[in-house]
Amino acid sequence: MENRPLEYDYTVAKMFMFTTIVLGIVGMSIGVFIAFELAFPGLNTIFGKTIAEYTAFGRLRPLHTDSVAFGFTLSGIWATWYYVGQRVLKVSMAESKFLMFIGKLHFWLYIIGVAAVVVSLFMGITTSKEYAEFEWPIDIAIVVVWVLWGVSVFGLIGIRREKSLYISIWYYIATFLGVGMLYLFNNMEVPTILATSPIGETDIGAWYHSVSMYAGTNDALVQWWYGHNAVAFVFTVPIVAMIYYFLPKESGQAIYSYKLSLLSFWGLMFVYLWAGGHHLLYSTVPDWVQTMGSIFSVILILPSWGSAINMLLTMKGEWQQVAASPLIKFMILASTFYMFSTLEGPIQAIKSVNAIAHFTNWIVGHVHDGTLGWVGFMIIAALYHMAPRVFKRELYSKGLMAAQFWIQTLGIVLYFTSMWIAGITQGMMWRAHDEFGNLAYSFMDTVNVLHPYYALRGVGGILYLTGFLMFAYNIYKTMSARPVEESELQNASPMGA
Amino acid sequence: MDINTITAYAYFFLTVFLVVGTYSYIYHLYKNRKDATGVDYEHYSNMALKDDIGDTPVKPISEEKAPTKGDKEK
Repeated sequence: MENRPLEYDYTVAKMFMFTTIVLGIVGMSIGVFIAFELAFPGLNTIFGKTIAEYTAFGRLRPLHTDSVAFGFTLSGIWATWYYVGQRVLKVSMAESKFLMFIGKLHFWLYIIGVAAVVVSLFMGITTSKEYAEFEWPIDIAIVVVWVLWGVSVFGLIGIRREKSLYISIWYYIATFLGVGMLYLFNNMEVPTILATSPIGETDIGAWYHSVSMYAGTNDALVQWWYGHNAVAFVFTVPIVAMIYYFLPKESGQAIYSYKLSLLSFWGLMFVYLWAGGHHLLYSTVPDWVQTMGSIFSVILILPSWGSAINMLLTMKGEWQQVAASPLIKFMILASTFYMFSTLEGPIQAIKSVNAIAHFTNWIVGHVHDGTLGWVGFMIIAALYHMAPRVFKRELYSKGLMAAQFWIQTLGIVLYFTSMWIAGITQGMMWRAHDEFGNLAYSFMDTVNVLHPYYALRGVGGILYLTGFLMFAYNIYKTMSARPVEESELQNASPMGA
Repeated sequence: MDINTITAYAYFFLTVFLVVGTYSYIYHLYKNRKDATGVDYEHYSNMALKDDIGDTPVKPISEEKAPTKGDKEK
């Protein structure tokens, strides 16, 4: 054993790869099911009226959003951190028993947290704040999990051999600090058992219930500062970290401009945190906050496109690789979808556009072209790149991967086009009125019109889920595929036919 | 001057400061091309491309700690 050469240790990375796939399947399956519930409401009671409470849209929706955001995506972020972190810092987890212990503890406490979230949300226990539904005991557990990840990040940096921190590490650190700050401030809450109501009642509610420390408009402001920046620091910043490592590595090309990556980083950090106000246009928050939210959202195009264009230009002169490798296809389409959704978002944040878009399905479409196209594809590509290296096997099937790519791309296109049409139709119908100012349509009129688009969205979801199951199968079979020599792994991932 | 006016001025000057700071940073990066230790910024891409545990770091944290071929075979 003593004579074994020093190697990177991917134990913790493998554990998080497993949860990325499992929680991805769970979250996306629930998503497809509730998409069809909207199209065919009878599905709410398909498993019988006695358990309808657990299968209704309202109960399942937070389970969908939380399992894809904090299950699939966070697991993907951590799987890649425990892989990329070691490699660009040139230090192995095997060199520190302490960091290995922290990494495993991080994983197992996360699993306990996930179990607590699933059970409590199924039971209907919620703070009712979107993407922050967890009650205070779970919040405390999540803070502990987060701190453990921080110990891993800064611990590994502390024992590194490479003095400079690669750009991906900057983005991982920003994820850690950003989410930490947002989560703490938005989840400031008082357990109801400790509170006294205005009329003097005490001992209110169950022990695990809580109320937000903020009220009214302030609560809304903090919530959307958090909500929008959860998009920033869970769906953008760490995914940029991934593409800055995996695309150059898989293609063997140096980043087009390292300098551009540095200034896009600072641009993104400065601008993103101010944009959350665009969720509260035409509400009771001060007008200048709304205007600021709009303006910063538009400025956000610059740093976002700075990173995305940097990635596309990295492939300069090497576009034949995009045609040849489905793995590169996933990453190039991911950065294209990144450009696309970071243009769409600012357009929706313009006040006059928002007057039509707000509360409609166009917003849902926007979120999903970002998450399915950018986040989903990038995490899938990252795991495909990692699999041959952590399992020391060639990827089971290139053909299956290519088929998955096209099926999922078709799924995304169906998803966002149907939601665009649905959203704009909805927005226009809500606003339509006759010459006396009477509304032209009732709410039910819009529901009837939207039915085909809801059904189409469900089909898009099924296609994406099908592709994800193909991905899971491909990774599973990779674990027993043909072993590869270490030297084959420099750049392009080895793939079976 | 009431607190709202002060906040407005503070916000304005902070924005100006950050805009000037960002543009100075861009100018600095592209004019110098290399950082204070003389490494061309573009060479930092090699941290991803040459990331085997035995590869030589772009900028080793110390000469002793840099893994060498011998280290790898140990």
